[in-house]
Amino acid sequence: MSELDLDALIDDPAIRIVVTCGSGGVGKTTTAAALGLRAAERGRKVVVLTIDPARRLAQSLGLTELDNTPRAVAGVGGDGRLDAMMLDMKRTFDEVVLAHATPEKAEQILANPFYLALSSSFAGTQEYMAMEKLGQLHKQAVASGDWDLIIVDTPPSRSALDFLDAPERLASLLEGRFLRLLLAPAKGPFRLMSTAVNMAMSVMNKILGAQVLTDVQTFVAAFDTLFGGFRKRADKTVALLREPQTAFLVVAAPQNDALREASYFTERLRQENMPLAGVVLNRVTNSEATELSAERSLAAAEKLEEADKSPLTAALLRLHADKMQQVVADHKRADRFKRGHRSIPTVEVAALADDVHDLAGLRLIGDLLTA
Amino acid sequence: MARLHVVTGKGGTGKTTVAAAMALALAGQGQRVLLVEVEGRQGIAQIFDVPPLPYVERKIATGVGGGEVFALAVDAEAALLEYLDMYYHLGRAGKALDKVGAIDFVTTIAPGLRDVLLTGKVYEATRRKAHGKLAYDAVVVDAPPTGRIGPFLNVNHEVADLAKVGPIRNQADAIMGMLRSDVTRIHLVTLLEEMPVQETLDAVEQLEALDLRIGSIVVNMVRHSPLDDEALALAVKEKIPAAELTKGLRAAGVAVSKELVATLAAEARDHAVRVGLERENRDRIDALGKQVTELMLQPEGIDHGALIDLAEEFRG
Repeated sequence: MSELDLDALIDDPAIRIVVTCGSGGVGKTTTAAALGLRAAERGRKVVVLTIDPARRLAQSLGLTELDNTPRAVAGVGGDGRLDAMMLDMKRTFDEVVLAHATPEKAEQILANPFYLALSSSFAGTQEYMAMEKLGQLHKQAVASGDWDLIIVDTPPSRSALDFLDAPERLASLLEGRFLRLLLAPAKGPFRLMSTAVNMAMSVMNKILGAQVLTDVQTFVAAFDTLFGGFRKRADKTVALLREPQTAFLVVAAPQNDALREASYFTERLRQENMPLAGVVLNRVTNSEATELSAERSLAAAEKLEEADKSPLTAALLRLHADKMQQVVADHKRADRFKRGHRSIPTVEVAALADDVHDLAGLRLIGDLLTA
Repeated sequence: MARLHVVTGKGGTGKTTVAAAMALALAGQGQRVLLVEVEGRQGIAQIFDVPPLPYVERKIATGVGGGEVFALAVDAEAALLEYLDMYYHLGRAGKALDKVGAIDFVTTIAPGLRDVLLTGKVYEATRRKAHGKLAYDAVVVDAPPTGRIGPFLNVNHEVADLAKVGPIRNQADAIMGMLRSDVTRIHLVTLLEEMPVQETLDAVEQLEALDLRIGSIVVNMVRHSPLDDEALALAVKEKIPAAELTKGLRAAGVAVSKELVATLAAEARDHAVRVGLERENRDRIDALGKQVTELMLQPEGIDHGALIDLAEEFRG
């Protein structure tokens, strides 16, 4: 079992991308923001890409404008810089279309009902767009030298794995026969298609209605030239994630489901040859008075209550007993996780009483992450 | 009366646990309940400690009073083939669709269609008849999280926009009709923390704008404070009298040190700060004017016994 040294990680100039991932509600975004601030104040030029930050956290980073571009965070000390942005998935998608299609085609795509549904309300697009944005930021960082460290928060997916699977899914989709099939009528004679394909087309027509199929076909035909670029960029981003300049941080809280998700994720990263830096065990309950156990604290409280003495002390002892129960439970689960993953560096972060809502709070988290 | 209960909440608030407890509570009233999972996480199997659920309805618990809980993990691809077979009687053509990758296509590039299929299956189960009466008295759905619940429930409206006529349009209208009717209630699970409460408020606004009906707000993992308001006020101002604490600890037979006294006071302060935040968040929830159900924190974690306790809290 080794300690995860996050200062060494963010100080390492060879590390250019840090990805925080984990299940929802474990403090992923806060961890990403706190590391970004700490890295900046230690001299790195950092951009943090957040997906869905808590309002107060967003305010603490000055993320009030939703213009889909990184903005400088005010109040950062040291020689580095910190920029932050919040992902706007529809806008990112639109920008890709505008950047890579002819104006006429772009207009066609942006107005297509199928595209509108795909880019704004359908699930899964957020993952594609997070990857797309990461690719863009990386390109900009390399070209302009504006940043030497990109910290990416991952979308609050139904599963942490969606983020990894999105580009692969896109790639396999683009190679799929169905897409070619949808394009075929626009391109070549129908009679060349196999019986199965013909049957499939007629079924699609029947089920979806002619209008939907036409919308999809128009969309796909207009989008055809863009698909190649999508594929290439998705492949590139996946390759980027496998490079040694990337470090994945899996964030978990000491609850069974979050730890289970974290185990699953670390295993998956290993299979994918993606560089896992370690696991952040967040929000672990701690006490400065562990010598007074839950049992003894509770017994002492009961003794006072029976003797009808100092109800205030009794209440504080009961509070401490509750806390110690939590301390024991959290450490038991955290230790079990560490024993099960001996080769993975981990760091425990103590739970805070208050939500983070300013840079001072983020600095404190940064201290705890590297204590 | 509401028969379709849709349970949502921010990730980490325990919505699967709450959905399971709600299903058990309804079974406890003698109802025949179907608990549906739509996100492929097998969370229900984990909570009830049974093997992963197949795409088949299977009994997982019996309630007092003759009620039963059945569980189903809906798989979008299986649902699509089932749907095609049901409405279009496609034996070979269904396979042909699969062969050219159409199934993959619809469930990948258009994940919205995934939601269409998932909501379609929920709709089918809710109105299914067996032997002349409803197959289930109630259906509880462990739905996608608050961030996705609006699009998930409204997907059939979007479909209705895309498909102007035809069988898909009719099906979409029927599903939206049920989701917006008295039959359906949406329950939002939250913790008394900033982010989940904010998401709950946002979701309520969004869902009501979509003409969907909120059933209740479930405040999960509630802890009662051992400190009364007076003690909380002292603690938050860091004015817990050290002398009284020292004396009290001695009377309780605890080895007293300055550090221990300071630590207990500091723990009380942190606690009081948190209670203050929780109360602010609770006020924001109460301001919605919705029914609120509190479920206590289960410090040992969630197992079948804890679920039964939570189900009892539900029945109040």
